[in-house]
Amino acid sequence: MSLKDKLLSSYLTFQENTDLDNSIHDIKDEAIKIFEEHGFPTRKDENWKYTSLNSLTKPDYSLVSHADDAIEFKDVKKYFLNDIDTYKIVFIDGVYSSYLSETTHDGVDVCLLSSALTKPKFKQVIDVYFNKIAKKESLTALNTAFAKEGAYIYVPKSRAVNKPIQIVHFSTGNEANLMLQPRNLIVAEENAEVQVIERHQSLNSNAVFTNSVTEIYAGKHARVDYYKIQNDKENASLIDNTHIDQQESSEVSVHTFSFGGKLTRNNLNFYQNGEHNNSILKGVTIIEDKQHVDHNTLVHHKQPNCESHQDYKGIFDDKSTGVFNGKVVVDAIAQKINAYQSNNNILISDKASINSKPQLEIFADDVRCSHGCTIGQLDEDALFYMRSRGIGIKEGRALLMYAFANNVLESVKIPQLKARITNLIADKLGVNIGFDL
Amino acid sequence: MLEIKNLNAGIEDKDILKGIDLKVNAGEVHAIMGPNGSGKSTLSSVVAGKEEYEVTGGDILFENESILELDAEERAHKGVFLSFQYPVEIPGVSVTNFIKTAINETRKAKGLEDMPASDMLKMIREKSELLEIDRKFLSRSLNEGFSGGEKKRNEIFQMAMLEPKLAILDETDSGLDIDALRIVSNGVNKLRSKDNAVIVITHYQRLLEYIVPDFVHVLVDGKIVKSGGKELALELEEKGYDWVKAELTA
Repeated sequence: MSLKDKLLSSYLTFQENTDLDNSIHDIKDEAIKIFEEHGFPTRKDENWKYTSLNSLTKPDYSLVSHADDAIEFKDVKKYFLNDIDTYKIVFIDGVYSSYLSETTHDGVDVCLLSSALTKPKFKQVIDVYFNKIAKKESLTALNTAFAKEGAYIYVPKSRAVNKPIQIVHFSTGNEANLMLQPRNLIVAEENAEVQVIERHQSLNSNAVFTNSVTEIYAGKHARVDYYKIQNDKENASLIDNTHIDQQESSEVSVHTFSFGGKLTRNNLNFYQNGEHNNSILKGVTIIEDKQHVDHNTLVHHKQPNCESHQDYKGIFDDKSTGVFNGKVVVDAIAQKINAYQSNNNILISDKASINSKPQLEIFADDVRCSHGCTIGQLDEDALFYMRSRGIGIKEGRALLMYAFANNVLESVKIPQLKARITNLIADKLGVNIGFDL
Repeated sequence: MLEIKNLNAGIEDKDILKGIDLKVNAGEVHAIMGPNGSGKSTLSSVVAGKEEYEVTGGDILFENESILELDAEERAHKGVFLSFQYPVEIPGVSVTNFIKTAINETRKAKGLEDMPASDMLKMIREKSELLEIDRKFLSRSLNEGFSGGEKKRNEIFQMAMLEPKLAILDETDSGLDIDALRIVSNGVNKLRSKDNAVIVITHYQRLLEYIVPDFVHVLVDGKIVKSGGKELALELEEKGYDWVKAELTA
């Protein structure tokens, strides 16, 4: 049985065991129909030309974990950002782990989507926002149909969450092949502020396929910073579907750090629904072996006087492959738009490859849109300059690659996270460059 | 310290250096002058170990050992320093982090521990004062957006930090206004000692008013065609390179 058929036939049982409001059931019923109609995307779809899900959809996945999934904090401590105080929403094989988590309802709600979907006091927010921002496309719909759990973050008007929130999904590998479909909803009302760090981490080499959906609503003057750490093991694959609704004068940034995993696809969609929006999309990809990372971004400028800044850097070694497909749409009404997009890549190995494709669809006439894409090797003159100062070739390369990726880190607002990412980069490059930052 | 013997070198089948002989002892300052395209920058690149250039004949001895087979970084570890005519911009690496890495990599190659942070800071403070460099400048990305003068001052700052035995200054005066020239020259002069040597490569005599050489060599078409004392530089300034060329063909 194909994965699609398995999912379709599991759907009813899945819903029967879920105690949900009728309106949510209706949303899920509608979603499974979309998935049934479209199925998994194939390379015939223009948006999936360079990423094949064939190998991902072959295994016989368990849709829930049956084993005892308890893990000790000391065993997973390293996957958390520990040197600052944070809220934590932690899942093990898709199930909430209360003892690893730290949630709150004090002024803001940092808790579970399952609570939000079932408890009456959240109904008003759920009715307004749940599945309203997400695109009605196949993979997001599949998640909508199956999603039971994830993070729910609600920040009321003029509130700021006083510390960053870490959302961490562990998979234990207790199932040979596990499929996970976490779902996050983040609502920052007018003038609210929140910072989120998300990570998916498998704990052994068994296969895990995560199809994750995150909806983010940023009200007027709201500020949301979202950081994704994708540094998973060799058999872990992730499709991340993030949908962002921005209202007037809001600023939302999404940083994606992709350092590992078998196949990673980021579908990142920004909808600018108010004037004076700023959207920031940044990414650093450093991969090797046969790893594959695909960034598929959309910035839809629907209102005038807005900005968007996209900056993606990639370093590809061995037979790794990368895709950058960045689409910017400017509606006719959306005058005075500044949209910047840049995608720079370094191929370290002859066998590595990158497909980079900017797509601009501009219907307004008074806009400034720029895009640039480079694919190259390391700058030999710069390398000689460093070597002539006594820096060996290995360290020199590392330093150059670090420098290449560095400007993406500049906009990371949490210093401890920035330090962590720097260490991850140094680690990836196999050198201790010993910087103090 | 440095002995260049009948050095022939080129790039992609093009011969540029056609038999250079030069001997530089500790404590000496040599100036190499010559018209554009005579091979001055090639000579400095070849001594520093740039791989694009192929050495087709002769040898380069540093402290009596051939360095031709050594990588650029190994030459640097031995104490060879090249101040670039066009220092490369490296966005994302600060001046401080760069020089720290360079110093500690050199120490590592010598089997030494990293320099203690407090010593490093003290040294950075001293040497940046010597070159009248603002502290803020040190946290900027290496050479990125630097003016010509800032780039050259930064080169000499790195030289001061690395304390090389042999410093080759390739057109260090180009792009400098008179104040920057004074600061840079002053820095170089303060670093001169009986134990180290300096090779100044320049097109004009101007720099040599500040960094006074013991010997002046004239490079034309890949060969040293004339050598003399500091007065040779003045003569060149007055009569131009055509004078040397004319003398050659005569």
